[in-house]
Amino acid sequence: MKYRDEYRTADAARGYANAIARITTRPWTLMEVCGGQTNAIMRFGIDQLLPKEISLIHGPGCPVCVTPIDYIDKALDIAGTPGVILCTFGDMLRVPGTKSDLAAARAGGADVRVVYSPLEALAVARDHPGNEVVFFAVGFETTAPANAMTVYQADREGLVNFSVLVSQVLVPPAICALLDRPGNRIHGFLAAGHVCTITGYAEYEPIARQHRVPIVVTGFEPLDILEGVYRCIHQLERGESIVENQYSRAVRRPGNQLAQQVMESVFQIVPRHWRGMGEITASGLGVSPAYQTFDAEARFGAVISQDESQGECTSGAVLRGETRPDQCPAFGTRCTPEHPLGVTMVSEEGACAAYYRYRRQVRRPVE
Amino acid sequence: MNEDSEQHCPLSSEGRELVKMAHGGGGRATARLLDSLFRPAFDNPWLERQHDGAVLDMPGAMAFTTDSFVVRPLFFPGSDIGAMAVHGTVNDIAMCGAEPQYLSAGFILEEGLPLATLRRVVDSMAAAARETGVRIVTGDLKVVERGKADGLYINTAGVGRVVANHPIEPGQVRPGDRLLLSGDIGRHGIAVMAAREKLDLQSAIESDCASIAPPVMALLNEGIAIRCLRDLTRGGLASALVEVAETAGLAARIQEADIPVREDISAVCELLGLDPLHVANEGRFMAVVAPEDVDRAIDILRRHSVSEAAVDIGLFLEGSAGLVTAQSVIGGSRVVDMLSGEQLPRIC
Ligand code: SF4
Repeated sequence: MKYRDEYRTADAARGYANAIARITTRPWTLMEVCGGQTNAIMRFGIDQLLPKEISLIHGPGCPVCVTPIDYIDKALDIAGTPGVILCTFGDMLRVPGTKSDLAAARAGGADVRVVYSPLEALAVARDHPGNEVVFFAVGFETTAPANAMTVYQADREGLVNFSVLVSQVLVPPAICALLDRPGNRIHGFLAAGHVCTITGYAEYEPIARQHRVPIVVTGFEPLDILEGVYRCIHQLERGESIVENQYSRAVRRPGNQLAQQVMESVFQIVPRHWRGMGEITASGLGVSPAYQTFDAEARFGAVISQDESQGECTSGAVLRGETRPDQCPAFGTRCTPEHPLGVTMVSEEGACAAYYRYRRQVRRPVE
Repeated sequence: MNEDSEQHCPLSSEGRELVKMAHGGGGRATARLLDSLFRPAFDNPWLERQHDGAVLDMPGAMAFTTDSFVVRPLFFPGSDIGAMAVHGTVNDIAMCGAEPQYLSAGFILEEGLPLATLRRVVDSMAAAARETGVRIVTGDLKVVERGKADGLYINTAGVGRVVANHPIEPGQVRPGDRLLLSGDIGRHGIAVMAAREKLDLQSAIESDCASIAPPVMALLNEGIAIRCLRDLTRGGLASALVEVAETAGLAARIQEADIPVREDISAVCELLGLDPLHVANEGRFMAVVAPEDVDRAIDILRRHSVSEAAVDIGLFLEGSAGLVTAQSVIGGSRVVDMLSGEQLPRIC
């Protein structure tokens, strides 16, 4: 079965690729917003099947990448406080702060634990009543409901030793910010299916209308992405700009309202600094006043914004879709996953890491 | 049983007995542990001689290897640290084209480890050794303070008689040689991760831990021109392949659609953001063979249960040394690389 299905998949992929080629009459630039989609595109070689008129560019869709350095520094600071257990998802471990990263802090004796779900952090808090347990809550709308749930649950249980360091970001304001940038060249968007599973896509409709860009809510399988591209190009060629839902097996227009309710009760919308894009109004979530005792910033001091000097790294431009990773002079030479110069090379979901992993033709880094 | 008699016979109430510092002291307690637990389990004339080492009679070329085992948890679906410590070293010997014969076993025990746990591990090693036809002929035992180890660590070293009449190593690989994979990949790594992180998986994923010596011996005995063998442990298929290609000074190309990955394994990998090509195995290997031998080699492999799903997944070719590319299931192409650093599950 397996082999047959996969051949069918290859056939279907070719079918889509041919259909896209048939309707494409001029150059178009599409942005996929999600790092998972960037990885799928690189991993399956989806871009190689598309006509040369179509450029896929990668957006700010990696939650690790857009988390500003201030939060990493704060997490390091908290992890270094005696008696604290810092819980985090695995991919935050290697992200460099100003001076160090969480993996190094752990090697140096800090109690940093990798969890697979935020509820595990809650269990750590229950098991270690004598320690302060802090969960580093990072991510887009996909992770927000579960992270909110931990706060809600901690409150119900009356846990006094648990708090969250929140760096949650919201996708639609970032899309608007990209479209408002001078020189923006994005013709259409593949919106992240997982995000829309939670939020739905009604919020995207005014964006598509006002900015005259088609937005197609798209899944993560190769065929999802090809279909997303097809629908986007189809709209562009006909001069349309509406929101379409390719990922209807998981996404409904209103989204998951229960998840939204939890999110809204625990978090509030705040301005948020994005790596590479600066501060974007109403683009993040912070702990709402009602749950303030669970806010790590209330316990350990607020995150202090700092200037983000990236040296020779151009990851800001990569996150804005203005340059491709392989156009960076340091790519694959001075910058590799072992010796990363920027966060987009560190994160598994990062665009530079995806290019390095799946596209690099030169193997050996120049030492 | 009173305290006094317990002192004389530490194993008589084994269910409650714990490893103590004295067990590693080299004195009576050590001797009692060896007599009551290790020697009967491993049961062979070399151990009975109670010498400082084993004297082996091994004419001809020998393969010699060592490995340490530090897996957590000690027991996981499908296997445990003991069986792994035997199979891991046996498999490394087999990968040299040699028939595994003798092993040593060094134990580092953590004070406070239940003796019952140690016995389970030792029994599992003994069973694995019996099944593979190797003898555990010498060993060592140390105890470290509580908190200094994860229960127990095992080091095994092994020797075996070289059966191959030609070198089996990456340097022998030629352009055009085919790459055979002995079965589905990713089971061991996911089984251990699921057990360690207490992931609540719908399906039972068991480690593939097993001896791969029998199919390798069969390939050699039937005269297959094996250029190189590699077991796919830490770093998985991807790392093994890149390493061999780099050393051979060749490029390699594989077809992703031909690589068997169980559906439940690929689902977990998808969920955690892991690439099955990077996930560890304990009973899988790749064999590089001359193109004219492919069909016969696959036939032979498929006769053995550990390699009954053997497949041809690609080939080596001229190109940048170590550049491994995979044709994706939808017909695109990508680079396959070694894992950089530790495998970490991603956020979403
Ligand atoms: S390749 Fe490295 S230096 Fe260049 S943009 Fe990416 S992370 Fe920054």
